[in-house]
Amino acid sequence: MIALTHIRRRDARRRHIALSLLGALTLGAALLTLSVGQTVTPLPRVIAALTGTAPDFTVSVLRLPRAVLGALAGMCFGMGGVAFQTLLRNPLASPDIIGISAGASAAAVFCIVVLGLSGAAVSLVAVGAGLGVALLIYALSWRDGVAGARLILVGIAVAAMLQSLVAYLLTQAPSWSLQEALRWMTGSLNGARLAQAAPLGTALALFGGALLAIRRDLETLRMGEDMAAGLGVRTGRTRLVTVCAAVGLVAFATAAAGPIAFVAFLSGPIAARLLRRGGSLLIPAALTGAALVLIADFAGQVLLPARYPVRIVTGVLGAPYPVLFIIRDNRTGGSL
Amino acid sequence: MTARRALWLLALIGLLGVAAGLSLAFGARVTGWQDLRNALAGQVDTMGQAAVASRIPRTVLAALAGAALGLAGGVMQGVTRNPLADPGILGVNAGAALAVVIALATVGLDSAGLYILVAIFGAGVAAVTVYTIASLGAGGASPLKLALAGAALSAALASLTTAVVLPRADIAGLVQSWMVGGVGGATADRIAPVLPFLALGLALSLLSARKLNLLALGEDTATSLGEHVWRARAMAALGAVTLCGATTAVCGPIGFVGLVVPHLARLLFGVDYRWILPASALAGAALLLMADVAGRVAARPAELDVGIVTAFIGAPVFIWIVRRRRIAAL
Repeated sequence: MIALTHIRRRDARRRHIALSLLGALTLGAALLTLSVGQTVTPLPRVIAALTGTAPDFTVSVLRLPRAVLGALAGMCFGMGGVAFQTLLRNPLASPDIIGISAGASAAAVFCIVVLGLSGAAVSLVAVGAGLGVALLIYALSWRDGVAGARLILVGIAVAAMLQSLVAYLLTQAPSWSLQEALRWMTGSLNGARLAQAAPLGTALALFGGALLAIRRDLETLRMGEDMAAGLGVRTGRTRLVTVCAAVGLVAFATAAAGPIAFVAFLSGPIAARLLRRGGSLLIPAALTGAALVLIADFAGQVLLPARYPVRIVTGVLGAPYPVLFIIRDNRTGGSL
Repeated sequence: MTARRALWLLALIGLLGVAAGLSLAFGARVTGWQDLRNALAGQVDTMGQAAVASRIPRTVLAALAGAALGLAGGVMQGVTRNPLADPGILGVNAGAALAVVIALATVGLDSAGLYILVAIFGAGVAAVTVYTIASLGAGGASPLKLALAGAALSAALASLTTAVVLPRADIAGLVQSWMVGGVGGATADRIAPVLPFLALGLALSLLSARKLNLLALGEDTATSLGEHVWRARAMAALGAVTLCGATTAVCGPIGFVGLVVPHLARLLFGVDYRWILPASALAGAALLLMADVAGRVAARPAELDVGIVTAFIGAPVFIWIVRRRRIAAL
């Protein structure tokens, strides 16, 4: 009994340490984004600019939207991704691999290029399309229940189809809407505006809050459907809320920053590795996602010879990770 | 059995002929029978005849590319013993594309032969990488692992390709249109340099048909029957990679043809690769021709690139294959 309390206390301490580490990393990356760019602004001046005592154009107009939007989008991707991975009990079942991000992208590009919509309407349609694609993949992989491997393979095929649809729509785009439409494909924080942060922040609060409210049920669901039902979890409702909230998070983040490759996929497993065990991964994964986006964006902007959009960096750096999974043969793996 | 197979083979040849005819007749304008016949006889006097004459290189290229991709898909499914193998899904086309883009951006490539060699090199590196990754770990190269390794590698290669192109506005437009995958804009000058490579790939692939039959029995059985398993695999894979690389160099990455066609061939001809491979080549040519015609008719007077049409035909077939099998077999 004493040993158990000891282990629990150690796990809790580990969790606190990991969380503060992630928080510090995110904050550090955000400050780095704010202070380093074409020119370097010393930290005291950044803080002075943020508090409003000494306004600085570079910091508050050029760099602040980038940092805020990057952090928010990263949180949404991380939390949405880990919710899917937890629900489907497979680290490979992340929205960017099984085509949900591609669905949101395709719908948004369709709205911009063909229907000529912009702004909030596009985001709403993207969320709807993401949900539709999630349902479609689920239905297509249903055969006496849904097996993880089948769902992932079906998702890869659906993603390929949607990506070619996006490629076609972009060839049809008139030049004035090409720029906006391209953002849906490339995933970039270039052209981030502070006005975009409000809807994204609202989505994060709303959907993230919903996920956090049911996080205990979601954790219990990891033990299996029957076990969870036996423990009093309303499994149907939990699944529904999780899928809707996770798709909402991913689609809104995609609407703001484009489909940034692999962030949704990577955040959960990295957070799981840091925490080892115990407790919900939602918040750690959100922090990991924010740190990932900010660091990758910083690398693309400052560290590399040319200025690259963030998705290029995450795409190249993130690819080895699924490879590691394959090597570990974790294909039906119960946990992250 | 052989009579039935011969009949199916004739039917495929007929289908290919019909598809080629459609490809010559349909476009932004529909050409009549009279014009078609006169144009094939070499006249270019009327609008219709000129249109047909301009469609000839495109039709030839679509047929060649379709045959090469279909054949390559059949060989890859044989080598990996994997029903989901396809040059697009395994990232082989993406590898060829990246190699070409890097070569374009750095040295500027003006020789067509060099261009194709670079593409074949890229395709080969990607194929070996994907297969190695998927073979690591317990259980060997299962279809799920191969597909995931291919998808992951494709994503990384696509990111790298964009990274190479982005700072180079001068080649961005060229690469953007090439990356979609299409046979439009074909000319005899562009097709000619690729022919020797296609012939080499064709010969290597068809020669390995018998070896693939042995490989299908399993590694151990094939070895005990006196086959050098790795040599057979290497030869067949070299053939497939040559075909994919050469096709991608001219048309850009076109996916899913190599996935769909061998399954069709297997339905019609059984499990013998000596029949599956030629049938895959014929059916691939017919499929790509018809996809190209569909793309031209659907979006008239503009056109839909054939790579997009094949994705829409191929992805449902992929899903069908995945659904048909028990998950243990995946």
